[in-house]
Amino acid sequence: MAEFEVQIKEENLVFRKSPVLTDKVMHYCPGCSHGTVHNLVAEVIGDLGIQEKTIGVSPVGCSVFAYNYLHIDWAQAAHGRACAVATAIKRTNPDKMVFTYQGDGDLAAIGTAETIHACNRGENIVVIFINNAIYGMTGGQMAPTTLVGMKTATSPYGRDPKIHGFPYKIADMIAPLPGVCYVTRQSVHTPAAVRKAKKAIRKAFENALAGKGLSFVEMVSTCNSGWKMSPVDANKWMEENLVPFYPLGDIKG
Amino acid sequence: MKEELIIAGFGGQGVLSTGKILAYSGVMQDFEVSWLPSYGPEMRGGTANVTVIISDKRISSPTLQTFDTAIILNQQSMDKFESQVKPGGVLIYDTNGITRHPQRKDIKIYTIDATEEAAKRGNSRIFNTLILGGYLKVRPIVTLENVYKGLKKSLPERAWKSLPMNEEAIRIGMEIIKEVQ
Amino acid sequence: MKKEVRLMKGNEVLAEAAIRCGADGYFGYPITPQSEVMETLMELKPWETTGMVVLQAESEVSAINMVYGAASTGKKVLTSSSSPGVSLMSEGFSYIAGAELPCVVINVTRGGPGLGTIQPSQSDYFQATKGGAHGDFHLIVLAPNSVQEMHDFVFDAFDLAFKYRNPVMILSDGVIGQMMEKVVLADQRPRRTDEERIAQDGDWALTGKTPDREEHVITSLELDPYAQEKFNEKLIAKYAKIRENEVRYEEFMTEDADYVIVAFGSAARICTMTVEMAREAGYKVGLVRPITLYPFPTKVLHDLAARGVKGFLSAELNHGQMVEDVRLAVNGQAPVEHYGRSGGAVFSPDQVYEALLTKIINK
Repeated sequence: MAEFEVQIKEENLVFRKSPVLTDKVMHYCPGCSHGTVHNLVAEVIGDLGIQEKTIGVSPVGCSVFAYNYLHIDWAQAAHGRACAVATAIKRTNPDKMVFTYQGDGDLAAIGTAETIHACNRGENIVVIFINNAIYGMTGGQMAPTTLVGMKTATSPYGRDPKIHGFPYKIADMIAPLPGVCYVTRQSVHTPAAVRKAKKAIRKAFENALAGKGLSFVEMVSTCNSGWKMSPVDANKWMEENLVPFYPLGDIKG
Repeated sequence: MKEELIIAGFGGQGVLSTGKILAYSGVMQDFEVSWLPSYGPEMRGGTANVTVIISDKRISSPTLQTFDTAIILNQQSMDKFESQVKPGGVLIYDTNGITRHPQRKDIKIYTIDATEEAAKRGNSRIFNTLILGGYLKVRPIVTLENVYKGLKKSLPERAWKSLPMNEEAIRIGMEIIKEVQ
Repeated sequence: MKKEVRLMKGNEVLAEAAIRCGADGYFGYPITPQSEVMETLMELKPWETTGMVVLQAESEVSAINMVYGAASTGKKVLTSSSSPGVSLMSEGFSYIAGAELPCVVINVTRGGPGLGTIQPSQSDYFQATKGGAHGDFHLIVLAPNSVQEMHDFVFDAFDLAFKYRNPVMILSDGVIGQMMEKVVLADQRPRRTDEERIAQDGDWALTGKTPDREEHVITSLELDPYAQEKFNEKLIAKYAKIRENEVRYEEFMTEDADYVIVAFGSAARICTMTVEMAREAGYKVGLVRPITLYPFPTKVLHDLAARGVKGFLSAELNHGQMVEDVRLAVNGQAPVEHYGRSGGAVFSPDQVYEALLTKIINK
């Protein structure tokens, strides 16, 4: 196959990959929300010109390898501990921009204490929270955010509150804390939603740079593999089921 | 020179701080010292004790089973530590609240009515410096000058105004201690 | 220049030493018998003087992960706790060792298992020296036996932590933590800048990706088993180097000894008195005090046995942990016995003397 370069005149250019994004092929499943959110974070870092001062903290979960996809320095945290790791990075390096990128199991189950206490201390960091209501990496087990009735590997007959308890909305829980300056719930399932989500991420980063406290951006997301759906069906299912329970929009700030 | 001492009584009686003044006094005289308290829930109202060692040589074990001197300020401590005074050693106690007096014949026993003296003077805060004075009369291991220095060193600056009062209490303590015949 | 001499508690001096050695951060959670470490730091407010960060975390789990985070950026950071809290931190030790990060952890031990007691004990020897969490790794372990060593070992521990990029534990106990002794304090050292650290220790930490270098990633994750094995071999080679270069111990009257007591930390202080008692009674007894518990001073014990020492007594405030390392060192050349008290009970010099007579000398 012949290799060739496409020459595009600058005035005709409508999209350019963020230079903060690496060229590595992402390991995420086709249709997964992670890739889009990664891109948005990369774009915001690029737009704000803060690549040299940004340190990311990746979790345990599907996005454990987030460090492969952004040209920034990364710490990969133990399961659930990203907010503690980010706290200390920021406290000992106050001139840096520090954010965590975590899934629902990491942030809202095993890491609940670290999350809430970082919020309550008002750490000047950003938390990006991917809520797809399931454990993706370990193969589709129930998450703290799994909806009632939703089937997962560990709730094969559907989540029954009598057995499994209820799903909970951690964004609403942390919103009243005085240390938290901005809480929003976004998604990336339509172009319009993507544009709004990017604005939210940018606002969150700007808050941290201005030392306003902790900003929390929840992304209601799809996991078509875990949900055992096509990407298109997953988007539809998310809109019809997840969004009514986790309504989109700003919660605080 | 080596003095192995235990001070035991109720938490809040100033057991630990009496030991601290003495330890500081030892430092002022260029001795080696160790100060090891009982700690934990015992600090809160129960019994408290502190082991103080003052020596002109390096101190090996900071924990001890027997003592040259025991200063005993309540009955529980009397029951526990009377037997742990070395033969020929010294036991000093305040008779206030003591229902069973020490029985040993192979040690020297002294009483100091510091509770009564402090009450008489309407100043319960001098209780432990009275005790300290009595002890120093019997066991003059450090000079009074260094005790005053140690006292100052063991107190935060805001408490220095109480120094003359406590120095006097040390002198009074030296007068009111009595040997039990 | 006249050095600053103070009468201080072991726990208080840990805080002073942390500030004076130029530490960048302390992250901790209260637990008896070491709460004075954070209390003292908070009272001294080093953030106003040296710029050192002090933070009370919501748990030991969080505290050790804060250490991980700050250490990822090349900062000089430490935490302190006591036995049950250290168990909670142990996951973090494995991650820190796996990510090759420098840090200092202080364990002022108490009696276990479980919530146990708050009195001094040495029953965390296994946990400290045999890794203490999952995976093939070791902590470097220093065992102070005086308030002065509490001070000095904070400096030494950071030097070792950065030299080997490995977590270093100071394994103390309630006696050393709570007692006051005279201590000579070191002069204040300035905190290192990133530039100084990079010049001294290399450019590995998270300082922000600049165009002239690749991004730095701190992780212990590796999905390829062969790559993980290769990494583990690198760690093991590092530990071999540590065993070769960093063994520290102290001998007391061992030159002519027929019998040797092996003890560390506060137990060694007590056993010094036992040696004096035994010598007075005419027995030639000596003491070996391991200062590094990992790497363990194997050679000195092996050589003493080879030289003809007739028996070893490992005296520990536990039910027999270090004795296993003593046996491995002596390697069958002479009898090795254990004597211990546990649960917060502390043995006296004459109890150890009694044990020495019945278990070794008169056996």
